[in-house]
Amino acid sequence: MAQTELWIDRTKCDGSRLCAELFPERISLDDWGYPIIAPGPIPAALMPHAQKAVDSCPVLALALRRVERRPPPPPPAVKPT
Amino acid sequence: MTLLSLFAGPPAAAGAESFRDHAKRLGHRPRGDHALIDTLDRSGLVGRGGASFPVAVKWRSVAGRDRGSAVVIANGAEGEPLSRKDRTLMALRPHLVIDGALIAAEAVGASRTLLYIGEAHGAATAAITRALSERPAAELARLTLLGAPPSYVAGEESAAVNFVNSGVAAPLAVPPRPFEKGVDGRPTLVQNVESLAHAALIARFGDAWFQSLGRHNAAGTILLTVSGAVAKAGVIEVSSGCSVDEVLALAGGVSGKARAVLLGGYFGGWINADRAGSMILDPSGLRAAGGSLGCGVVSVLDESADPLDVSARIMQHLANESAAQCGPCFFGLRSLSAATTRIAARQADHGDLPQLHRWTAMVKGRGACRHPDGAVAFLQSALTVFEPEFAAAAGTRGRRAS
Repeated sequence: MAQTELWIDRTKCDGSRLCAELFPERISLDDWGYPIIAPGPIPAALMPHAQKAVDSCPVLALALRRVERRPPPPPPAVKPT
Repeated sequence: MTLLSLFAGPPAAAGAESFRDHAKRLGHRPRGDHALIDTLDRSGLVGRGGASFPVAVKWRSVAGRDRGSAVVIANGAEGEPLSRKDRTLMALRPHLVIDGALIAAEAVGASRTLLYIGEAHGAATAAITRALSERPAAELARLTLLGAPPSYVAGEESAAVNFVNSGVAAPLAVPPRPFEKGVDGRPTLVQNVESLAHAALIARFGDAWFQSLGRHNAAGTILLTVSGAVAKAGVIEVSSGCSVDEVLALAGGVSGKARAVLLGGYFGGWINADRAGSMILDPSGLRAAGGSLGCGVVSVLDESADPLDVSARIMQHLANESAAQCGPCFFGLRSLSAATTRIAARQADHGDLPQLHRWTAMVKGRGACRHPDGAVAFLQSALTVFEPEFAAAAGTRGRRAS
């Protein structure tokens, strides 16, 4: 089933913080002012907020993407021993 | 256990093997095709650049998109500071690497093949340059030698693609991944030179032969760079499936008393000395277990060294080597490095150690490439293995890294 998710191009994002202000339900900021995006599909009720956040980004780093299903988790990182 | 496969033939002192000697010893290379990809699949060969990803899966993903216009990048950037194995392989067996690159190009349907070799690796570049001049004109026409910048991230596969396209060796936001859209927008296979050299031998001798080189259930041989507190540091070839203890014995044994072993390089992790010896070096097995052989670095830390200082220096290097594209990586690694350095200098603020734990979790997974993930994985291993040292130096009770 197709779902909508937030996608960020981290190489473009320069930490304007606008997205976190406009979509606090899903976007918080790290200690350096860059967005932390909660994983998972965006429910329909929150779509207007998500769209506002995307539209506000001055460097067009944020996008809404249709995904057919949840992407597979990234390969495991090295486990500390 | 010192089974020679890539390094079979003349001894290292003889230098680069000539095309004539190479062809006489191994015969001419077979052509690469789809059947070879199946053979590679059965052989169990996984990539030797760091990620241990199955080679056949990678080749198939490019071949599946083939319209005859794919691109192959033979990756010999080797930006990992503790690794020497790729440059050593290229310096001694350049024709095996070139064979592998050509075979890969034929198998995936590539019209261009780039040999992407660290520009700082003088002997390797000289050997490859000379080797190219010995190849038949028809092969030479398909090959281009390209110097890779001497940065840590230049060897990351999207960075290699970006360098070819734009001259900037910085990772790209993915997807699309190189196999989908790489050099000039074409499907691109980026494969480490050691992996290609193994493929060149598997194409000749088959998957069963490759399997037979490994021990237990591991396949083939692996190149390792052994360094630190050992009698004979250097590059060695061993059977997959051997233990760290056996590797250290081959390197003349540990000089002094080991505190820990760094396995896999700066993106790998520390392992306590008492646990390290029995570790089995099998790229597939370690990957399945959530660990990593990385690019085959085995570095021994002596008890007399300060593990915090060594770890802080590695964090400084990784922070400096951020491509400075993604905020969480650039600022996060800088903050992590600064806090680690304060602790190592015994000048920690009270909050530094808890902050390290918090920031490692915060930075993870938030770069376009996996540079920040590799850096925090390394730091987490340091926080775990050197927990008593960190706790003492930070003046707080250590918390377990979760």
